[in-house]
Amino acid sequence: MDLALIAQHLVNGAMLGVIYALVAVGFTLFFGVLDVIKFSHGDVVMLGAFTALATSAGLVGSGSALPPAIVLAAMFIAAVGGMAVFGALMAKFLVLPLRKAPTLNVLLITLMAGTVIREAVRLFYPQGSNPKPFPRLLPTGAWEIGEFTLRYDSTILLVTGVVAIVLVHLVITRTRLGLAIRAVAQDPETASAMGIPFHGTVLATFAIGSALAALAGVVNGLYYSEVSFNMGLLLGAIGFSAAVIGGLGNVYGAILGGFIFAALQTIGAVLLPIASAYKDVFAFAAVILLMAWKPGGLLAERSADRV
Amino acid sequence: MASLPNGLPIVSDRRASPLPALGALVAGAAAVLGLLLAEQQWEVATLAIVGALALLIGGKLGWGEVIHRSATDHHRWITPVAWLTAALVIFGLREHNFELLMLCTVMLYMVAGLGLTVQFGYTGVVNFAAAAFMGVGAYTAAVLLLHTGLPHVLVILAGGLVSAVIGSVLLLPLLRTRGHYAALITIAFGILFRTFLEVNDTLGGPQGLKVPGMEWFGLVFNDAIEIDDETEWSFYLRYAGLCLVLLFFAYHFVRRLERSWLGLSLDAVRLDETAASAFGLNGAAWKIVAFSIGNFLAGMAGAVYAMVTAFIAPASFTFGDSLILVSIVILGGLGNPLGLLPAALIVVVLPEKLQVIQEYRFLLFAALVIAILLVRPGGLIPRRARDYFPGAGGR
Repeated sequence: MDLALIAQHLVNGAMLGVIYALVAVGFTLFFGVLDVIKFSHGDVVMLGAFTALATSAGLVGSGSALPPAIVLAAMFIAAVGGMAVFGALMAKFLVLPLRKAPTLNVLLITLMAGTVIREAVRLFYPQGSNPKPFPRLLPTGAWEIGEFTLRYDSTILLVTGVVAIVLVHLVITRTRLGLAIRAVAQDPETASAMGIPFHGTVLATFAIGSALAALAGVVNGLYYSEVSFNMGLLLGAIGFSAAVIGGLGNVYGAILGGFIFAALQTIGAVLLPIASAYKDVFAFAAVILLMAWKPGGLLAERSADRV
Repeated sequence: MASLPNGLPIVSDRRASPLPALGALVAGAAAVLGLLLAEQQWEVATLAIVGALALLIGGKLGWGEVIHRSATDHHRWITPVAWLTAALVIFGLREHNFELLMLCTVMLYMVAGLGLTVQFGYTGVVNFAAAAFMGVGAYTAAVLLLHTGLPHVLVILAGGLVSAVIGSVLLLPLLRTRGHYAALITIAFGILFRTFLEVNDTLGGPQGLKVPGMEWFGLVFNDAIEIDDETEWSFYLRYAGLCLVLLFFAYHFVRRLERSWLGLSLDAVRLDETAASAFGLNGAAWKIVAFSIGNFLAGMAGAVYAMVTAFIAPASFTFGDSLILVSIVILGGLGNPLGLLPAALIVVVLPEKLQVIQEYRFLLFAALVIAILLVRPGGLIPRRARDYFPGAGGR
């Protein structure tokens, strides 16, 4: 295998890693503040992509010849802003009311909420049951370095994703909101006693997580140039796996997990002698083995159990 | 129910009347028949509304308590009567192919649900791959039926056994993890299993496999039952009987398990593993027992499912189907085998029956489950504390 091919796979893997990491960070944030797994997260990714798609369709359909950059910006703002509000609403009406209920109930209710989202898109988006082409708005050229071609659009997407991840890092470590999120994650009652508004912090966390999911959806759509109503289920499962591999509640763990999962898939696709069709089998089997080796994730949150 | 100043309920010495239990039985049978036979949308809608109202009013008036007391006081003959009623319902549907098939699905999902009840209702071992374990049973049955001459009753058992054995591969990671981490392992297995089936050509790939029907001492289950020239009974009647027998054994096995010291140990492990181990219970061992029993039941259900539907494909055993099984168990009331029936009916039959609003049925169904969970967080029929002396009226 030559160097160019390896570089190509590296870029593909990094692209997947960024998408998975963006989804996984949401899972880990929600788990941090509320100890819940929100299973509709993958469908929020999908809904974000469709919001962007609808925005672009609306702008282009209106007849005005806007430059692609503005359409793109509008798509990003609509998807990210829309999903932030949507995520906060879901937290307020579905997750917070069930705070005292068993965790399995939260899981089930968010799962069903995911089904509602999925079905709603399938039914109410024009021809929603078919895969929809996603507009190619990014510059289409590529750098040629020997055999290796680096497309402009993947570079832009990669940079966008990395910037988003860095931004989340800064928000969590450098702002008052981040301090509040970390405090609530550590101990909600003490945090409330210190004057941190519990509900507000939870809603903000869900808004941030869902905004990242929307971003992941748009990046995914721009990268593959196609979105479909049922892309959320697998993306959600992968994001959850990534968050768990890294250690739930740990943002860096989620990012690490996202890249590990992407690496596993890429390795599975490239190196497996049988067929690349087995890449998901390989990746999920590796996840099971990884969990057997590190039961609390790679960056485990706590080492001791409270009895 | 009235209570003494110290909060203990006043318990009468008299046995409760058997009428509430019989009434509930008749109402339940009528609801099942009505739901299965309803053809008009307004009929289904009326049934759903009446059911919801009965649940709300009954909940306010404490009907559940009355029915429960009446049923436990007379459990010796109420239970056989209940099974007899179930058999009569099946017999009543003898000429309706599709309805019997749905009823078979409901019963098999209940058997798998019983497995899940043992796993996370009692022991707290999560399993989000129940459909995958059904799939293991189904594919085992298919391969055995196609390539060997094993007696078909043994094929069903083999489906359960293979499922339990394959499940044991997951034991090591499962025992080392807990909570959501354990959930991930089963989710990963579920997705892995489905993807594996889709890309594996020897097992039919995405097209799946055709499965021969059941035979039992020369009785070919797939033959039509001709009574006379005009009447012909559905061949699904035999399968429905088979499913009912399987459900009967699975149900009573799980009930006995719960009542025995085994069930008590399982509960202890779920409630507090550390405390349980302080009392000498080996948490890991009990989890292994529960996980294997659950997968065994799911595998048997899968094996029969393969024979009933005569065709299996990876698309029948997806992660989504596992989630449907989990919803049945939680919706019914986690840990209560009785709750599986209404839950399975809602989850399996209701979407099928709402065909006219076909496009919207999953949307409505998901919204319905959300509503039930918000209104009744304990499920439709929440689990009760063990009643070790049924019929004693609390004396």
